[in-house]
Amino acid sequence: MSAFLFYPLAACALAGALGVVLARNPVRSALSLVVTLFFLAVFYVFLQAHLVAALQIIVYAGAVMVLFLFVITLLNLESDSGVRERPALAAAGFLAGAVVAILLAKGLLDSTVPDARGVTLGETFGTTKVLARQLFSEYLVAFELTSILLLVAVVGAVVLAKRTVEEGERDEARTMAAAEAETEAAHRVIAAHEAAHDHLDHGHAPHSGPGHVHAPAGGHH
Amino acid sequence: MIGTSHYLALSALLFAIGAVGVVVRRNVIIIFMSVELMLNAANLAFVAGANSLGTMGGQSIVFFVMTVAAAEAAVGLAVILALFRNRQTVSADEIALLRG
Amino acid sequence: MDWVIGGIKSLAVLFMVLNVSAFLLWIERKGSALIQNRIGANRANLLGVMPFNLGFVNTLMADPLKLFTKEDFVPDKADRLVHSLAPFLSLFPAVITFAAIPFGDTIEIGGRVIELQAVSLDVGVLYISAMVSMGVYGVVLSGWASNNRWALLGSIRGSAQMISYELAMGISIVSMILLYGTLDLQEMVRAQGGLLFGFLPAWGVFYQPIAFIILLVAGIAESKRVPFDLPEAESELIAGYYTEYSGGKQAAFMLSDFAEIVMVSGLVTTLFFGGWQVPYLGKEGSGSPIELGSLLLTVLQLGAFTIKVLFFCWLQILVRWTVPRFRYDQLMSLGWKAMMPIALVNMFLTALVILLVEQSR
Repeated sequence: MSAFLFYPLAACALAGALGVVLARNPVRSALSLVVTLFFLAVFYVFLQAHLVAALQIIVYAGAVMVLFLFVITLLNLESDSGVRERPALAAAGFLAGAVVAILLAKGLLDSTVPDARGVTLGETFGTTKVLARQLFSEYLVAFELTSILLLVAVVGAVVLAKRTVEEGERDEARTMAAAEAETEAAHRVIAAHEAAHDHLDHGHAPHSGPGHVHAPAGGHH
Repeated sequence: MIGTSHYLALSALLFAIGAVGVVVRRNVIIIFMSVELMLNAANLAFVAGANSLGTMGGQSIVFFVMTVAAAEAAVGLAVILALFRNRQTVSADEIALLRG
Repeated sequence: MDWVIGGIKSLAVLFMVLNVSAFLLWIERKGSALIQNRIGANRANLLGVMPFNLGFVNTLMADPLKLFTKEDFVPDKADRLVHSLAPFLSLFPAVITFAAIPFGDTIEIGGRVIELQAVSLDVGVLYISAMVSMGVYGVVLSGWASNNRWALLGSIRGSAQMISYELAMGISIVSMILLYGTLDLQEMVRAQGGLLFGFLPAWGVFYQPIAFIILLVAGIAESKRVPFDLPEAESELIAGYYTEYSGGKQAAFMLSDFAEIVMVSGLVTTLFFGGWQVPYLGKEGSGSPIELGSLLLTVLQLGAFTIKVLFFCWLQILVRWTVPRFRYDQLMSLGWKAMMPIALVNMFLTALVILLVEQSR
């Protein structure tokens, strides 16, 4: 694969990764991660791993990140101050990260890892058939265990995220109280307007009829 | 000429960025996303290795890593939801109950 | 040279999808008028040129012009970038899915064999499934970015509906993968070329009628059309998740709605109705009842593909104006408690039958 394609794509993937870490808004962070996953899928295609690339989009970008976005929107998270929250820690973290990154990258670039020129890849490398054959023969136990793991994860997620009955009732009571408070406030505004209206009219005592708006619960005014 | 070492270097950089994200950010969900970034960096290294060695083992492992990461994301986000319901916060600084 | 050919094919497919989507808008307006026993839009006229007015100018010129010249605003405390991005995140996957759908057999120009498919992927079906999964983002982000409580509710409902019906779609697609033994769409269409029982064309629908019905219904639910359009609910909730959108961005949402109709039609045609295969017609030397020369055959196959896709687009529009909409809990229980189990059972039965047939061979 030519350098003409690799370097820009790698730069975009790295920019997406930096966006995940640096964005203050959690939704933008999630979107940056989706962009990074897309670019990684492009790299998988270049590395002759077509099925893995498709699975990356379907599973990671299409399901896991949607789940992240769901949770972020459900919790209605605000932007926090991001990396500026603790500047000293952030600076130290970035410095350490940069050192590790540069050392690792330099070491790997200078290494003599054999690249694909040394081994000829067959035509069927990375296709579904070959991968599936290996999954169902060599790695069958791991495959079955991951199925069980997924089942356990589904059950666990439902159990953890489910509201208990008391929490549900507490939330309902809170919502009802909030609704009542709102209607109360609205009625008070209407009454204040009526009072001002009457005051404007003739200044004498408010007349009966729709002018008397008492809150239905309690009747205090 | 772009060889496997370039892909591995890219994977290392992504991993380092993810690690910095875990350490520096306080929002639990963004920490989680940085962990996913690290997992993806590892996946890239595996696929590059599979390409270089000509075996499919690397891609099978990526399959499993993806599955496990999806399961972990589901359970982890459920935990965060439950945590938010109890503490009304997702800042790692304020979820400090176990601090002795 | 490969790049040039690929580029031309992609542009042709893009052109076709966008044009058919726009054309469907007109069919929807006039078709709904026909079904509801009224006339429909027929007022706008270009300088009195048209003697009878079929509403072309109204739908295809006046409406888009109005939409694009409207004020384009972003709500007060909303995230500008995400608000502007969401409609196009919704439009992009709907349009790009068609890249993997084959619209003809190979043609030979100047000694070079060209596949009539914008991109020849060996994982074509998975690519379509992936792009369908990406469609959820537009919905989730549009509601969140509007800074509007009810738009958020609409978008959460809409995205929950989409991911639920994605499952049923995926499982019925898997049944077809089991049947044809390949993920490549062009191979699947080629495999539907023979005859079944001597007189029926060997289309997928005759092998898997249940999977066809599930895919069609799940596809309609995926594009959030009636009867599954409670997240949008024109007559009830203003516009659900795209309430706070006007002008060009709303046009993008509308266009993505119609592009998804075309996408579902294309998918159903390719998997279940033989794609570009014309029944009883084949290449010279292939043993079909009628054999034709290459160029005439290609033209007929292109025509067959177009007719089939348009038929399913028309069918979806007909369903929209005939059936009342589901309530949200009915919708979700249909998706999880009815369609997914049926699709699963169908898949297992298919696998069982294929296993028995292979063993008895």
